[in-house]
Amino acid sequence: MATAEHKHPNYMAIFWYLAILTVVEIAVIYMPLGKFTIGVLLCALALGKATLVAMYFMHLKFEARTLGMVAITPLLIATLLIFVLLPDGFAVAKRTVGVKAATTEPAKH
Amino acid sequence: MSQAAAVHGAHGVVEPAESPLTPESWGKLGMWIFLAGDAVGFGTLLAGYGVMRATSADWPSPYEVLGINLTALMTFLLICSSVTMVKALEWLGKGDKTRAKNYLFYTALGGTIFVSLQAYEWSHLIHRGLHINGNPWGASLFGTSFFLVTGFHGLHVTAGVLYLLAILRVVAKRPSPAASYNAVEIAGLYWHFVDLVWIMVFTFMYLL
Repeated sequence: MATAEHKHPNYMAIFWYLAILTVVEIAVIYMPLGKFTIGVLLCALALGKATLVAMYFMHLKFEARTLGMVAITPLLIATLLIFVLLPDGFAVAKRTVGVKAATTEPAKH
Repeated sequence: MSQAAAVHGAHGVVEPAESPLTPESWGKLGMWIFLAGDAVGFGTLLAGYGVMRATSADWPSPYEVLGINLTALMTFLLICSSVTMVKALEWLGKGDKTRAKNYLFYTALGGTIFVSLQAYEWSHLIHRGLHINGNPWGASLFGTSFFLVTGFHGLHVTAGVLYLLAILRVVAKRPSPAASYNAVEIAGLYWHFVDLVWIMVFTFMYLL
């Protein structure tokens, strides 16, 4: 272990990427775009930042595949979770859609 | 059997390179498994937040209510502390114990400032009427989920600061820098994970 050579990526470059992506994230919410587009952009930016942190700061890029598989497991579970929760969300949304319209309309006019 | 022999060897030391299954250290694997479980915990909280928000008729607009200037600064601070963490590891790898200790200290300091800013933010929001059981802007679950998720994350940062200080002591005590490299790398994994989770929390609870 002591003899192993420790190679390090260019951490400062990753830092600047993360800083720039954070600025872009904040810029995105003030952009004249649709709510859905902004949401998709923000999710993509967050995933990009998370990937940078995991790959370079947490050295996942340079590790054995075993660790990568452990790391990817929660992502798979999270994806499953979305599908598990979708019907629940839709069911309640259907019930509240009338209420939603009633409460948001007076505020807009 | 050979793995068991390695673990319970004559020296009682786990030699990470001996197992063909896990060339990385057992400690690293253990931390990754813990982090995977923790990630599911945070994932569940955020998914719950998503469902509550999607099904609520009067969910307030988070970035208008919470304000994102301070949180953007906190995000930046956490990214900086991740950089000082990797720098500590880098210097330790080069055999410079003093620099490694300094950078570990900066990392713990960054975490402390983060938690302090969060405490300031919380007290400010509570003063404006955001409570765990209600708020002036709409759905009461907004406050519940906000305090639950940011609080759970803040708890992780607090634990991380204590963890880093303990590791700082380990580095200081062990004469050879190489002897504490593994411990610092594992602590780094935890710290970067906390940073990674904040990236998600910042996006889903403040920006979206």
